[in-house]
Amino acid sequence: MSMKADAARLIAVWAALMGLLALTVAGSFFSLGAGNAVLGIGIAVAKAALILWFFMHLRRETPLVRIAAVGTVVWISTMLILISADLLTR
Amino acid sequence: MLGMYLFLASEVLLFGGLFAGALTYRILYPEAVVAASARLHVWIGAANTALLLTSSLLVALAVQAADRGLRRPAAALLSGAAGLGFGFLVLKAVEYTKEIHQGLLPGFGGRFDFSSPVEQLFMNLYLVGTGLHAAHMTVGIAILAGLAWRIGRRSLPLPERAVTVAVCGLYWHLVDIVWVFLYPVLYLAR
Repeated sequence: MSMKADAARLIAVWAALMGLLALTVAGSFFSLGAGNAVLGIGIAVAKAALILWFFMHLRRETPLVRIAAVGTVVWISTMLILISADLLTR
Repeated sequence: MLGMYLFLASEVLLFGGLFAGALTYRILYPEAVVAASARLHVWIGAANTALLLTSSLLVALAVQAADRGLRRPAAALLSGAAGLGFGFLVLKAVEYTKEIHQGLLPGFGGRFDFSSPVEQLFMNLYLVGTGLHAAHMTVGIAILAGLAWRIGRRSLPLPERAVTVAVCGLYWHLVDIVWVFLYPVLYLAR
């Protein structure tokens, strides 16, 4: 693929990231109860996915490297989910 | 590449402990966390997020240029990213100074303007979380600036050593991702 098309893709991803930033800041000014936390974390996950897939070029990596990245997400999620399960069911 | 991802996994778990702490405070004492979070400087945090996202774009473009052996653009883009990272730290220092004057930041003497212990704990977590992140930023800026310098004086030949640029770029992007989560967790708890 040409240099220009590759650069254009990265710039489009950056524009999407900035849009998500605007959305998360705007969302914090509305009182949505638990919705605020879901929105904040949901947007952060979307941003992280964009950064991992395009900026950290996971889209071009081998399956082994992708497994290392996915494994990290799985372990950290396991820790946070089990902590929540404990705290919320006391 | 795999080794770098495994190192980054250990970094994620390091910050993961802090996020686990934030999650615990938030679930057990939602009102106090929201009250403390609402007093942070949302717009400075947003500006810093924008700086970091933009610096990540420059690093991604630099990796692309390095792959193609474009020496000068790669060095310029890496320098630009390091500059934006430095801008982040300057803005963070301004923010810390404001917070010390407002009595929001623990550990700097003077009055501390929070009555409840949970709000104090939240601000401790804020200081440790953002401080640890700033330490990573400092290392990252040194790495990017060092890369730009070595590419500039041809001691890092491109595209032969492009993988070095890519691996350093991964570190920078991960520090960006950590901030992407710190921002809503610390500043936007509502």
